[in-house]
Amino acid sequence: MSKKVKFSLYRFNPEVDKKPYYQDIEVELDDLDKKLLNALVKIKDYYDDSLSFRRSCREGVCGSDAININGRNGLACLTDIDSLKQPIVLRPIPGLPVIRDLIVDMTQFFNQYNSIRPYVVDDRPMPERERLQSPKDRDELNGVIECILCACCSTSCPSFWWNPDKFVGPAALLHAYRFIADTRDQITKERLDDLNDPYRLFRCHTIMNCADVCPKHLNPTKAIGKIKEVMLSRAI
Amino acid sequence: MTLPIMKYDAVIVGGGGAGLRAALQLSDAGIKTVVLSKVFPTRSHTAAAQGGISASLGNSDEDNWHWHMYDTVKGSDWLGDQDAIEFMCRQAVDAVVELEHFGMPFDRLENGKIYQRPFGGHMAEFGKKPVRRACAVADRTGHAMLHALYQRNVKANTHFLVEWMALDLIRNDNGDVVGITALEMETGDVYIIQAKAVLFATGGAGRIYQSSTNAFINTGDGIGITLRAGLPVEDMEFWQFHPTGLAGAGVLITEGVRGEGGYLLNCNGERFMERYAPTAKDLASRDVVSRAMQVEINEGRGCGKNKDYVMLKLDHLGKDVIDQRLPGIREISIQFLGIDPVKEPIPVVPTCHYMMGGIPTNYKGEVVVPRGKDMEAVVNGFYAAGECACASVHGANRLGTNSLLDLVVFGKSAGNSMIEYIKSHGNEYKELPSNAGDFTVERLNKLNARTSGESVADVRAEMQKIMQQHAGVFRTQSVLEDGIKKIKEVYKRSQNMFIKDKSKVFNTARVEALELMNTIEVAVATMICAEARKESRGAQAREDYPERNDELFMKHTLYYNDGRGLVYKEVHNTPLTVDYIKPAKRVY
Repeated sequence: MSKKVKFSLYRFNPEVDKKPYYQDIEVELDDLDKKLLNALVKIKDYYDDSLSFRRSCREGVCGSDAININGRNGLACLTDIDSLKQPIVLRPIPGLPVIRDLIVDMTQFFNQYNSIRPYVVDDRPMPERERLQSPKDRDELNGVIECILCACCSTSCPSFWWNPDKFVGPAALLHAYRFIADTRDQITKERLDDLNDPYRLFRCHTIMNCADVCPKHLNPTKAIGKIKEVMLSRAI
Repeated sequence: MTLPIMKYDAVIVGGGGAGLRAALQLSDAGIKTVVLSKVFPTRSHTAAAQGGISASLGNSDEDNWHWHMYDTVKGSDWLGDQDAIEFMCRQAVDAVVELEHFGMPFDRLENGKIYQRPFGGHMAEFGKKPVRRACAVADRTGHAMLHALYQRNVKANTHFLVEWMALDLIRNDNGDVVGITALEMETGDVYIIQAKAVLFATGGAGRIYQSSTNAFINTGDGIGITLRAGLPVEDMEFWQFHPTGLAGAGVLITEGVRGEGGYLLNCNGERFMERYAPTAKDLASRDVVSRAMQVEINEGRGCGKNKDYVMLKLDHLGKDVIDQRLPGIREISIQFLGIDPVKEPIPVVPTCHYMMGGIPTNYKGEVVVPRGKDMEAVVNGFYAAGECACASVHGANRLGTNSLLDLVVFGKSAGNSMIEYIKSHGNEYKELPSNAGDFTVERLNKLNARTSGESVADVRAEMQKIMQQHAGVFRTQSVLEDGIKKIKEVYKRSQNMFIKDKSKVFNTARVEALELMNTIEVAVATMICAEARKESRGAQAREDYPERNDELFMKHTLYYNDGRGLVYKEVHNTPLTVDYIKPAKRVY
């Protein structure tokens, strides 16, 4: 059974377009085209090869295809077409410079990720075998390490829109907590000092958009709260 | 020479597990290195690996690398090179410990050590009983490994060129590799990147099939580029069909499900693997399980209204175990089929998953090709590691979890070889040939100039259909001969592809056309190599030649695309330190 689905697509090619516009298009899809990504691929393959978007794993682990879908950030590969009101309006994730169509420049986002020193620091001589960690300590990293850096959260956060250069943003703060919580990491104090700043951490106003849109059902706001808890307990 | 030139001591093409591990080695040694990747590194397909990485840590059961080596040789159906296999299995413990030291968040046992689970073909005492050898991060091991390696590269200040696509190798008159050409996607500009050493870590090419667990980016770029440069690729007939791809969607469901105690059922509710592999049952090697499933389906014991899949049952494990150890596959089956495995079994089918063949290398990661009488002459300056390479540790069939191990062991090994080679170079770069880049420019110009012809999507769909029908789990002479004819026709069509979009900035239509020029090379190679191998070994199952034929076919296939056709070379039967593991019948 085929079905017709209406889309309104944000289009912008800097080589020819003075400003962005919306392209209305009706697409014939079949039963196998369940996810929004199937539809995008079909549009590119059979309707308009100039439509540009990122995609790779098509199963929600690579984080390439974050798009603003009917006003809400999500992954195209995990979004059911049938769940969406038509015309389905697709825009690039907001707050970052658009390179072309649905592709944004993520430099700012990754700069913030890099700024939290996203690696375990432990300069002690390493043991011959693995360092030990209790299952309980390891469980503390669940709900954090599943992050796929798709940027759905940070680009739905008003604080990040306003200060993408100064506010670390929900994704990178989730990772900041990942390293603070990891019992193997030895620089908790430096990590907390680095974040103890009116902007870097404290621009989070618990609006909760991040947790609301996360396609992996993670909760950056909760992680941010835990960072604040650790800060507080250390201050006392 | 018309293209702008960039210079690096080492160029790594591919930012997945192998590329990132090699990059770390080079960056830490202070070598001027760049990693080129079509996608941001954490988007590489290593992220999709689920079940684990193998190492005989012995954290839960007694284990040692000799048993791991034996299993890998047996799994390879004696096509693996035993020096490379010994090298990998001996390094495994250190490699996994190193990943832990890099910060990889392994699951833990009560005593704080790394958690290990059973996996297909992992046995103790030389094949006697199952052993827990797969080191896991729930069912997201690849994702955790890829992120840890990327993070470590952030620490090491590795330089990345993100969203760049390699186009062709540059070789000098001596045949040495002296650089590559590459496309910067964001601008559409093409560069020559001159280098003392080039590593290909470009991953797999599972997109040659219609139904595949592989990402869109797995288009076999490294294989296509290598063939176009006049170099051969090895053992391309061997493709792993993973037993448990989600029916319809193709998404991977980890073997870890069976490792944790899940099993397969046919439409009669029978646990059919007991008939095919009495000892290992559902944890036999992947080729064995995939064939058994296909037989069940072919003989009318499949499930569903078309009887075209079997069921993977795991609800008996209970919600707690599933949520703790297999949360990702629960999410996937709910997302893609609306089925919650806590309550219901998951419909699964054998699905194209992994390319055992690739660019021929030795265990040092050096690319080796025939030259005169020497069947393994080193190509100076050219290295390969990971799925795009054929060391060959996986032979005719890869064991689950050996792929992640392959990435880090041979990524590191290739990195070390490159350091040595670059240091011996001094400050001088080898001169670029005067026509460097011309071949690439000509290719691009042709594609750009064409205003009509074949659509990329049509050619790709036709290729995938043919591969699915003619080079599947079971193969026969007539089907393969037919397949060669058809795939060559598609190849011809691919020479006439055109794109409507001619713009420069982030032109993904152009990228897809360039990718397909690589993928189609892989498809043709696969079909030709499969037809020529008239035996059944590992993943190559010939209904007309059901037995392994060591006398005629215990040898590696080398394929050239330039008219030289097929050449064969010997399997290495001299391990580094231990005795040769002699061929035996493969029973699980």
